[in-house]
Amino acid sequence: MNSSSGKGSMSTASSSAAWKAGDAVPEQFPAGLRVLVVDDDQTCLMILEKMLRTCLYEVTKCNRAEIALSMLRENKNGFDIVISDVHMPDMDGFKLLEHIGLEMDLPVIMMSADDGKHVVMKGVTHGACDYLIKPVRMEALKNIWQHVVRKWKDEWKDFEQSGSVEEGDRQQKQSEDADYSSSANEGNWKSSKKRKDDEDEAEERDDTSTLKKPRVVWSVELHQQFVAAVNQLGIDKAVPKKILELMNVPGLTRENVASHLQKYRLYLKRLSGVSQHQSNPNNSFISPEEAAFGPLSSLNGLDLQTLAATGQLPAQSLATLQAAGLGRSTAKSSIPMPLVDQRNIFSFENPKLRFGEGQQQHMNNNKQINLFHGIPTTMEPKQLASLHHTAQSIGNINMQVTSHGAQSFQNNSLLMPMAQPQSRGQVLNNSTVGHAPTLPSSMGQPILSNGVAVNVSPRNGIPENIRAPGYNPVSQTSSILNFPMNTASELPGNSFTLGSTPGISGLTSKGAFQEDVNSEMKGLGEFLSSYDTFNDLNQHKPQNWEIQYVGMTYDASQHSNSLQDNLDLMQSVLVQQGFSSGQVNGQNRSAAVVRKAMFSAGDSTEHVNAQNVNQHLNSLVENTIRVKSERVADASAANLFPNHFGQEDLMSALLKQQEGILPAENEFDFDGYSMDDIQE
Amino acid sequence: MEVGQMQGRLVDYTKSLFMEGFLDGQFLQLQQLQDESNPDFVVEVVSLFFDDSEKLLNDLTMALDQPNVDFKKVDAHVHQLKGSSSSIGAQRVKNGCIAFRNFCEEQNIEACLRCLQQVKQEYYLVKNKLEALFRLEQQIVAAGGSIPMMEMGF
Repeated sequence: MNSSSGKGSMSTASSSAAWKAGDAVPEQFPAGLRVLVVDDDQTCLMILEKMLRTCLYEVTKCNRAEIALSMLRENKNGFDIVISDVHMPDMDGFKLLEHIGLEMDLPVIMMSADDGKHVVMKGVTHGACDYLIKPVRMEALKNIWQHVVRKWKDEWKDFEQSGSVEEGDRQQKQSEDADYSSSANEGNWKSSKKRKDDEDEAEERDDTSTLKKPRVVWSVELHQQFVAAVNQLGIDKAVPKKILELMNVPGLTRENVASHLQKYRLYLKRLSGVSQHQSNPNNSFISPEEAAFGPLSSLNGLDLQTLAATGQLPAQSLATLQAAGLGRSTAKSSIPMPLVDQRNIFSFENPKLRFGEGQQQHMNNNKQINLFHGIPTTMEPKQLASLHHTAQSIGNINMQVTSHGAQSFQNNSLLMPMAQPQSRGQVLNNSTVGHAPTLPSSMGQPILSNGVAVNVSPRNGIPENIRAPGYNPVSQTSSILNFPMNTASELPGNSFTLGSTPGISGLTSKGAFQEDVNSEMKGLGEFLSSYDTFNDLNQHKPQNWEIQYVGMTYDASQHSNSLQDNLDLMQSVLVQQGFSSGQVNGQNRSAAVVRKAMFSAGDSTEHVNAQNVNQHLNSLVENTIRVKSERVADASAANLFPNHFGQEDLMSALLKQQEGILPAENEFDFDGYSMDDIQE
Repeated sequence: MEVGQMQGRLVDYTKSLFMEGFLDGQFLQLQQLQDESNPDFVVEVVSLFFDDSEKLLNDLTMALDQPNVDFKKVDAHVHQLKGSSSSIGAQRVKNGCIAFRNFCEEQNIEACLRCLQQVKQEYYLVKNKLEALFRLEQQIVAAGGSIPMMEMGF
């Protein structure tokens, strides 16, 4: 134990950067590792703190989970690893674990005096990277840095393009983050993962992106290309090498594709497993456990199932879904699922749905996460994608929007708390950065906007319009949010950066999320509301939209149908996309949920019209896209949709709507977010 | 008594606590954590433990005194006590808690009450022992000596 402030060897910021650099681990490493310890037992807390200090780590202790969460949220990049007790009076340790996983994606170590197998297993399923039995010994703590490095390495590996950069990247990322002005969102990622917003293609990201980013940002477009390639090859035969060839994207490496494929597969698996979880939104946490945390697949499954369950999904969509390999036909709560999925799929920018900040605030803290996670969004991201595609133009818009979001990810987090749609709109776009889509239920801001940072690079350049303003907060009925949030699967970074933020703003405060749906759903609902608006903007006639979107197998839903139908469509579409990446868990779900929410909102509100739905969908798509940038997100919506609809058409349709409809609240004043900007 | 003698007494006393099972290896870890920058670490932690434990024991007494005992709550308290006692190395207390939890699961009130008594007893015992230990240490320090590091061969 030496008192030399070993931890001080590196400044926090730089230290993390330094460490992150995997290969170039500084001499002092792991000294300076920033650990957050959460335990309601003062005695243990004190001992742990002292032990960690002795290991030369930088320790922050906290005896309440809620406080710990807010600390993490305020300072996304402030910690490298979290150690939490399992049994705490104010919040279950596993819940905290889920939150952290979703919002910040930090490695979390659980500990307890309880060494029962089932408890340890719970830790595993919830995604804890380790489980320590009390009394904790120094030796056990000395090595916790391995979890941090492991995470970094994984991320780097995936995205590293240029190879060297790790350190450079990190630094860059950090600077990039600053550029994005994003709030904490950036921070988190940076430290822990490569930011997805550094999408290669997103040159707009300007300086940040120009820096040689080793990380590949799976923008919506890229993801679409990916999904298209996968579909072409056949999901079973899709190997990274071939996919890479088909995609023909300069700078993309086989490794990038491989990791993305893995996520995609998980996502698909999750979708198929989603149905089971759907039934109970309250179980969001529970369900996700199995599904999401580890295997995205379950989430995916959930989504589908949920969708199917709710019966929302039209037979076709179900079929589609099944075809997609999900085999879930239940469209449960009509909404959420698809939304979530979508989001997941699109979580391009944000590796995780970061609901985060916004969410918590808006929604019940716990719930928020569930929203995304558990949202058994039937709308698989794919669907979103498909939706997008169908309405390519729309999709583009959405995508773009999200891309904006993505670009500004940082804003994502901001989005959440957007009290006003306008800001949201923008934020949404920006936020796509994968921030957890903060569906601020309370704020009524569509969280989705945040999370779903669909990196969809604006194809058509539509973008701003879409976002447009005027998303009147569609009065979302609680129905919207019925997402079966059950699976609280970690919607990582629920970044619903719904491109269609405009609508999103509208969403806020919409609809009362159904009770069952955790308040999180509400966020979505709100989000959806905005979608509605968006839809309005985008499409004059819902039908068109639907058609467009649906190009995919849905035929149904020629709007008028409840949003759910749309969602279903979307879902099915998405499913068709063969969104295999199970990774899109959580996020997808959220997206799906969002979509659903949107749809529902549509129903309930007067705005509801196909347009709204469309908008929502768009936004959802976007969101989903953002939702997990890591995840399939990249499979740009287009991929998701089985058919690639002329984006232009969609876009124009959306644009038209937007312009025409501008809802009263047009708050979205995208500050000149041009779609181009969004693109990463 | 001169410092050397006092130190000898301290060492013997500490050893006996380990031998008799009052303390276990975890306590040694705590001692090792103590250093010049934190010379009172062990005392501080143990004091915290005392405070927490007394509160827990009170809560337990009350909980078991209810007409309808909420065993979940009781179990939660016991679990907590088990965690903190194990963290400072109060082995007997911890073992008492383990037995206690088993009876909680069985929802056996009588057995729980007995366990509670047992745990309380162990707690007060170890508390006295530790307080005596700290007094010895204080005396040594006051006399200008240093606390010998325990080297347990466990």
